[in-house]
Amino acid sequence: MDFQTFLQQFVNAFSLGSLYALIAIGYTMVYGILRLINFAHGDIFMVGGYLAFYGVSAFLMPWWLAVIVAIALTAIFGVGLERVAYRPLRDSPRISIMISAIGASFLLENLAIVLFGARPKAFPVPEFFATNFVLGGVHIATVSLVIPVVTAVILAVLIWMVHSTRVGMAMRAVSTDVEAARLMAIDVNRIVSITFAIGSALAAIGGIMWALKYPRLEPLMGIMPGLKCFIAAVIGGIGSIGGAVLGGLLLGIIELMTVAFLPELTGYKDAFAFVLLIIVLLVKPTGLLGKNQGEKV
Amino acid sequence: MNTLKKSPMSRDAKLTLSAAIIGLILLFIFDQSFDRFTMQIFKLCAINIILALSLNLINGFTGLFSLGHAGFMAVGAYTCAILTMSPEQKEVNFILQPIVPWLAQVQIPFAPALLLGGMLAGFIGWVLGVITLRLRDDYLAIATLGFSEIIRVVLTNAQTVTNGSLGLKGLPRFTTMWWSWGMAILITVFLVLLIKSSYGRAFKAIRDNEIAAESMGINVLGLKVMSFTISSFLAGIAGGLLAHYLTTIDPKQFIFLKTFDILLIVVLGGVGSLTGSVVAAIVVTIAMEALRFLDGPLNFGFYATTGIPGLRMVFFSALLMIVVIYRQQGLMGKAEFSWDALSRIGLLPRRGAKAAKGGR
Repeated sequence: MDFQTFLQQFVNAFSLGSLYALIAIGYTMVYGILRLINFAHGDIFMVGGYLAFYGVSAFLMPWWLAVIVAIALTAIFGVGLERVAYRPLRDSPRISIMISAIGASFLLENLAIVLFGARPKAFPVPEFFATNFVLGGVHIATVSLVIPVVTAVILAVLIWMVHSTRVGMAMRAVSTDVEAARLMAIDVNRIVSITFAIGSALAAIGGIMWALKYPRLEPLMGIMPGLKCFIAAVIGGIGSIGGAVLGGLLLGIIELMTVAFLPELTGYKDAFAFVLLIIVLLVKPTGLLGKNQGEKV
Repeated sequence: MNTLKKSPMSRDAKLTLSAAIIGLILLFIFDQSFDRFTMQIFKLCAINIILALSLNLINGFTGLFSLGHAGFMAVGAYTCAILTMSPEQKEVNFILQPIVPWLAQVQIPFAPALLLGGMLAGFIGWVLGVITLRLRDDYLAIATLGFSEIIRVVLTNAQTVTNGSLGLKGLPRFTTMWWSWGMAILITVFLVLLIKSSYGRAFKAIRDNEIAAESMGINVLGLKVMSFTISSFLAGIAGGLLAHYLTTIDPKQFIFLKTFDILLIVVLGGVGSLTGSVVAAIVVTIAMEALRFLDGPLNFGFYATTGIPGLRMVFFSALLMIVVIYRQQGLMGKAEFSWDALSRIGLLPRRGAKAAKGGR
């Protein structure tokens, strides 16, 4: 493998990794607040993709408007989901709330099959994202460049928000101790709703990016990215935003680079994440950046 | 009922014995009278009972949230199928790449193959348990889920052993009614005895409070691994039965959705109730078939649809959520069937005064 091929693979891997990171942030924020694996996160991601699709194809919106509307609607949807499926169980045993999350995930998948149809849909990719350009002999699709930029911007905004705003401070408080936060007159339900709104908006952005990268929408498209991004969040240290980004990048790079160097392992690609997860959990159960309590959201 | 007379058997034992005899006679009648379609569903009920019980052992009684059941089933199903297939059938199946030589000529009867399938699943469960059972509940859920995905990916790619995504076709139809219900009854009895034994009490102690259990001298990790191993062994057995029930298996059948189906049964029946799992397995299996019409064309009188595939599963996933949110204990909670319970709700005459004074 010459340097140019390596660079080409690395660009692809980095772009996929940033996408994983974007979705992993949503997981990590929700987990940080509620200690809940939001199994439905991958399906919210799917909903975001479909909403953007219908915005463009059914309501004939310009793509930028469709994207904004889809993100907003998905955020509202995520808040609604938390209200219906998770809030009534907040004081129940953890297993119950986990089952509810799994149930929500399957309900969304099956509803999507009923409402959107099981047949895959082609996502209309705007011309701008479909173009390729060559940089130093490396072919880069515009979308592969847009994804890391979007992730970086969102990361910066979130870190600012968590550390420098009142809402962010409240989030950190709830994440550290719900009861104590309530005593400090923090409206826990409001903070949880805000967290879900942000997490779902991130999932929607991830879903739309994913659809731009792989322009094919299916009701079950969220399962694998959902699982992998949760794993990315665990690898990085769940609850830590920086960890989610690190885990996502690591996972994307390991996944694509292994396949690039050892093509005979291509079929096993989807298993890498899980093997990596088991290894990380055994060696450092808190994840790579898990110790960093200050980053907890 | 004359309780004054000294009887060699207690009332409960008599009732159990007569129920068993009636059950056997019923099974015999069903075996003779059911048509093929009804029989298929009836057999599936038994397989689902085994699956639900084994998942309940780990989730309900030991309090470990495992989501890897589909993986263990797949191991059992594939092991059993490959071991029982005739060499000719293997040649027909493995068209892309021939099967590895050391498996090509193997053919053993169903019973040992089923046992080996279960044992391999149990062994893998043991290894996985030793590795992952130190994790906390939600990490465990993801690790086991990940493991079942790994199994599926391996099955899809190990072309020379499992025939990859083509799957295995034309397996002999070994799973008769007696096999499926026989195993289901055997396993139910085994689990009832296990749960009533000191091991079962230890499992429940771990579920209720791990630290308290540990301080009572219970070997928490060892017992968790044991429960997990038994559960995976039983899932492997159910997988083997399922393979020879369907006669066709491929890796796609063992996706996470399969675990979800079993989880649905366990939650509806009551997490931590064997009785609940048995009843829910039968009800859900029949309901899954009976509600197939939901996927077809519907006519509400004022509004007709042309068939919405997937509506049936919407119903079941919504049902799961409703039960978890509004009735977490499911059908039975943690309660079990007993003859006393039947008397308490008035379906049986109460036990004689003498027995009641005995104070149970």
